[in-house]
Amino acid sequence: MTDTDALISIRKVKKAFGSFQAIEEVSMDIGRGEFFSLLGPSGCGKTTLLRMLAGFENTTEGEIFIDGHAMSDVPPHHRPVNMVFQSYAIFPHLNVRDNIAYGLRKRNLSRAERYEMVDEMLDLIKLPGYGTRRANELSGGQRQRIALARALILRPKVLLLDEPLGALDKQLREQMQLELRALQRQVGITFVFVTHDQEEALTLSDRIAVMSGGRVLQVDTPERLYERPVSRAVAAFIGNMNFFRGTVRRNGSASGLVETEGLGNIPLPLDRLTRPDGAPVQVALRPEKFTLSRTRPEGALAVAGRLSNAAYLGERSHYYVSIDGCATPVAVSSPNLGVGRGLAPPTPEDGPLWLSWSPDAVVLLDAD
Amino acid sequence: MSDGTYIKRPNRPLQVYAVIFLIVLYVPVLFIPLFSFNDSIYVRFPLEGWTLKWYGELWQREPVWNALWNSVRVGVVVAVISTILGVIAARAITRYRMPGKSALVTFIMMPLVIPGIIFGVALLVLLSRMGIPLTLYTVGLGHLIVCLPFAVATLLPRFEGFDPSMEEASADLGENGWWTFWRVTFPMVFPGVVASLLLTFTISFDEFIMAFFLTGTDPTLPMYIWGQLRFPQEFPSVLALSSLILFVSFILVFLAQWIGRIGLDETKKS
Repeated sequence: MTDTDALISIRKVKKAFGSFQAIEEVSMDIGRGEFFSLLGPSGCGKTTLLRMLAGFENTTEGEIFIDGHAMSDVPPHHRPVNMVFQSYAIFPHLNVRDNIAYGLRKRNLSRAERYEMVDEMLDLIKLPGYGTRRANELSGGQRQRIALARALILRPKVLLLDEPLGALDKQLREQMQLELRALQRQVGITFVFVTHDQEEALTLSDRIAVMSGGRVLQVDTPERLYERPVSRAVAAFIGNMNFFRGTVRRNGSASGLVETEGLGNIPLPLDRLTRPDGAPVQVALRPEKFTLSRTRPEGALAVAGRLSNAAYLGERSHYYVSIDGCATPVAVSSPNLGVGRGLAPPTPEDGPLWLSWSPDAVVLLDAD
Repeated sequence: MSDGTYIKRPNRPLQVYAVIFLIVLYVPVLFIPLFSFNDSIYVRFPLEGWTLKWYGELWQREPVWNALWNSVRVGVVVAVISTILGVIAARAITRYRMPGKSALVTFIMMPLVIPGIIFGVALLVLLSRMGIPLTLYTVGLGHLIVCLPFAVATLLPRFEGFDPSMEEASADLGENGWWTFWRVTFPMVFPGVVASLLLTFTISFDEFIMAFFLTGTDPTLPMYIWGQLRFPQEFPSVLALSSLILFVSFILVFLAQWIGRIGLDETKKS
């Protein structure tokens, strides 16, 4: 991302509440029209960062630029951003129409023009005819849409969303995820979305910033975050991951491999090793990258183990396989293809199981 | 005992106790309206017949109207000022983190338990030292001290049940602090404001001790009643006047309670 593309530039921003350092030092760019998520466990600073974009919190150090303008001295009511609050903050004393039209006061519109804009928004959020409903007659999902409409009617440059789906039940949440993504494509506004739900972030986002302890660990597309995490923390936070200790072995400039505890030697192309000979590394492999078989597979990297535990989850099963040289059993996730197809569910009495994998699936991370 | 849960089961002795409690509390008060309709200047049984003449006499008496007008003026001004101060205090208490907040709240509430006679004497000494003459203004000042804790106590739950993101949402949608207050904060706490106005008006209207120390030449209604107690022949019209005050106070306090709760349960629920 080049600077000219960036709609939001966060430059060396720090935030302290008294002696507590909420944001350590964060720099990143968010592009025009992007669906960008801030993902992390509670207390990681993602909501603080969002509130700094909205102007509800000052930056202790650093600067935030929106569309090229420094935001330090701009109060919330003058920023070109609007927010959907976690509690939705629907005004209880106003009906739906007056809630959505709330921000239009300064636009000098006639009543008819305002109502027309509100009706357009009600169509957009699929609640036509709801204008005269009272706020307390609305369900959680409806409140969420009204909050969206109230923010979008002002055509902000950025829409900030603070865990807007957190209060909804699972089914409604999945439906709203799809609608939110479609809505964002339709209006073309940059969305900055805060969530602690990694699945939600992967489903919705163009790019995700993974945060922890007030730091940004990695900013990347969902696929690259999952397939090529840059640190153990990111790898462990997004999905599940098996870790093995290893050492880089380079054979001059011709070929290389990683010696691992448990998985044996894994040959890797030199451009993926990126570390000097003898460097300690962690080798990471996702559970679904392993293939299980009862006999040693031909021509693949494989290691034998014993089944220590299994869990049947319907579409897939989780197996925990103990292998030599590895203290914790390896987690393996394997699709259930149906009775008589694929591997029949193994039991601990079946004898040795073979784990195989492709070198492409291997991720190298810095040792602890 | 068969129906109702453990908490909600009927408890006969407790119900009887509650009824007796209310009777003991209010029967003495009910003698006042009862005797105000009695066709005799002596307060004693048996009643000698029903009459409205004491009310009629009251109607024609100039000083009653003056005293009423004084009380209404003081009451309205005190209600408005104490409610404004109450709104400011309640907002500050609920919005800002400040050291010694609970001590501050205690100090604001203190006049509820400090005897009025102490405040009355203290104010009287202070005012006379400063050479300020006793007028309805000094009565109003005394009433402000008495009324402010009630205003704060009425408004505080309103502000406490108030989601701070409501005001942030308004700022986010482009309104500054002033407009946010009038478009969001005030409408949301409005029932509390009305309740506070009614309650503080009633308290000021009925207040005697402060008025006793701080009244100059213009009496408030309770002061007028106090003055009339010396004249036995005036006693029935005093009863009539007291009955009217009792009636109006009941209405206002019930109204204040009812309005003060509007919407409060809903916001707690959601």
